[in-house]
Amino acid sequence: MRFRDEYRDAAAARRLADAIARTATRPWTLMEVCGGQTHAIVRFGIDELLPDGLSLVHGPGCPVCVTPVEYVDKAIEIAGRPGVVLCSFGDMLRVPGSAGDLLAAKSRGADVRVVYSPADAVAIARAEPEREVVFFAVGFETTAPANAMAAVLARREGLGNFSMLVSHVLVPPGMRAILEAPGNRIDGFLAAGHVCTVMGFEEYEPIAASYRVPVVVTGFEPVDILEGVYWCVRQLEAGRAEVENQYARAVRREGNRAAMATMREVFRVVPRRWRGIGDIADSGLGLAEAYAGFDAERRFGPVLLEAEAAGECISGAVLRGERRPTDCPAFGTRCTPEHPLGVTMVSSEGACAAYYRYRGAAAVAGGRR
Amino acid sequence: MCLAVPGRVLDVAGDEPILRVGRVDFGGIVKQINLAFVPEAQVGDYVLVHVGFAITVIDEAEAERVFRHLEEIGELVVEEDGAA
Ligand code: SF4
Repeated sequence: MRFRDEYRDAAAARRLADAIARTATRPWTLMEVCGGQTHAIVRFGIDELLPDGLSLVHGPGCPVCVTPVEYVDKAIEIAGRPGVVLCSFGDMLRVPGSAGDLLAAKSRGADVRVVYSPADAVAIARAEPEREVVFFAVGFETTAPANAMAAVLARREGLGNFSMLVSHVLVPPGMRAILEAPGNRIDGFLAAGHVCTVMGFEEYEPIAASYRVPVVVTGFEPVDILEGVYWCVRQLEAGRAEVENQYARAVRREGNRAAMATMREVFRVVPRRWRGIGDIADSGLGLAEAYAGFDAERRFGPVLLEAEAAGECISGAVLRGERRPTDCPAFGTRCTPEHPLGVTMVSSEGACAAYYRYRGAAAVAGGRR
Repeated sequence: MCLAVPGRVLDVAGDEPILRVGRVDFGGIVKQINLAFVPEAQVGDYVLVHVGFAITVIDEAEAERVFRHLEEIGELVVEEDGAA
């Protein structure tokens, strides 16, 4: 596929890895923010191409992983009501709630449908006017414009049987929370390319300046990620802390104005709890007043957040980049993708699932050492 | 979750900006995609698609920049080797 395969070229990757090795004179810790990047790093073994001392830690970049358990419980509760169709992206189906997941609710007879696009959920509401159609709207800024457009289309068509259970999160406040955490050891960031495709990267400039961390907007293929690492290391070695755009084929500084305008029409910034990380001010999106009629929480009752129970799972520390999946005593033994204890093992972009899938037995053995 | 896939715009339809749609070819698989967020996209352009919506037009000149940069890195290596 054009604009994908050429960025997987092994010779190009090796060249960049050599350039990184020549440039890095000290140990550095970089965090890639996006779960899609984590997945690519582990899948293609990019971390293994880097010189000793240069480590990549995996960020919170998976909206599925950070969705609070109470939202999953609410989705299951709504799905169980008669006459309701609960629409969700496929990755949410196996996320454990406090008792079971949406897939289990579906097998008990709830009408849970996987949609590829939020527009599909609107189409179901249009086609089945006698049913209440609820769309589980999760995601980062990448997904927010599409989910916002679903509300715009529903309002325009006067679809009174459509609503959204919204648990949207915003990346920059999440990055700030990680930088503020006591255990923070991040020297630089690879920012999430597709989030920046929508939002641009002006928001990251004050983060780079005030925390003195380089931020390189980075794509998702091996050559992109290695170039992002190279630029980040170049900045660190030169004592610079700026925002650079490795992913310029898809990202402009000002972002996608049309997408942002739709997002701002439909959503407003709200406080949000991130599973495993905690409450972060101004870190989420909820429906704006003009769209409050489409809020599933108004229609079916609010989501009530409770204190997170501590258990064996260390996914919170994994999401903050403080621990690796292999540091978890349950990894690969009591916790596997078939029987996950935490969300970072459920979502295909979660760090635990990526390690399990691509490193398998070797990672389990490494973790036990 | 933030996966976005590149594809080529085959045609464009829809008379209102928010109803702008088009068929997009992803290496042989063709899908109907919402083009409301890429008003500048023309037939033949490559767009990045996420959950059924195009979120940007790929800048082809910038797409090649990565490889020009690699050439430069390559030349640096040769120079360093020459100097050694
Ligand atoms: S391996 Fe399982 S239990 Fe351990 S941190 Fe990851 S998700 Fe949690």
